Amino acid sequence: MTNPVTITAPEGLPFIDIEREFDAPVAAVFNAHRDPELVKQWLGPQGYEMDIERWDFVPQGGYRYVHTGTDGEAYAFNGTFHSVRENEFAIQTFEFEGFPDVVAIESIAFEDLGGGRTRLRIHSTYPTVEARDGMVQSNMELGVREGYERLDGVLAA
Amino acid sequence: MIVDPSADDRLDRAFMALADPVRRRIIARLSRGPATVNELAEPFQITKQAVSKHIQVLEQAGLVTRSRDAQRRPVHLDAAQLEALTAWIDRYRLIHEQQFRSLDALLATDRGTNAAASDAGPTAGTTNTTTQEEAGQ
Repeated sequence: MTNPVTITAPEGLPFIDIEREFDAPVAAVFNAHRDPELVKQWLGPQGYEMDIERWDFVPQGGYRYVHTGTDGEAYAFNGTFHSVRENEFAIQTFEFEGFPDVVAIESIAFEDLGGGRTRLRIHSTYPTVEARDGMVQSNMELGVREGYERLDGVLAA
Repeated sequence: MIVDPSADDRLDRAFMALADPVRRRIIARLSRGPATVNELAEPFQITKQAVSKHIQVLEQAGLVTRSRDAQRRPVHLDAAQLEALTAWIDRYRLIHEQQFRSLDALLATDRGTNAAASDAGPTAGTTNTTTQEEAGQ
């Protein structure tokens, strides 16, 4: 049983909203964001090696990491942590180095639901609607490539 | 294994249709709900006729359908057909779902919960490397 994720990308507005609940206490969810050794274990798409160069999850801290796919292609991301309030809230910037200067501002709310449960609410603001859509589509393009690979598999069967 | 040539043909047409950035953007827009040709043409610098042509290609590939709704002829995404081909339209959501499931798995391990119980600051997690592999599998 997994909790559903809700993603809202309203037409014509440069936002993405993501909501998800976790069956774990807020301190555990927060720590999974703070400790780079834990972050490495869940952040990013599956099948990618994550190399964290820097991860200071503190106010005015920063980060940089590189995802490497099985085909050897590398995708680097960086940003700063603006505000970090333990078990409560964080604001970070997010930049895909493949699209430099298009920087999103993400706020992450860690909401204690009681009973050892937590809700995560992420609000990403992009500089333009095009940048927002480009972000969603870059993932889609990756998906198209994977679709082709899957198709190859089907045809080879 | 027997490959059904007509199914193959359909796949080819669908993937050909998706091998164009304008058509992928049209699909992305339609994934949020039906839209008219005028609405679909809005974000593009190309003529309405060109957008209509793109929609025709998508229609022939079976990815979208058009219905009559009074004066409007909105274009709909044929979600079932698309789903049957690949789940790529949903990729963004899938990545997050996958990612959060990994987080679920991590939180379900000793390591995830111990970190919460001790909550000894940024160094808490780095002292323990023995359970890392089992947590990350």
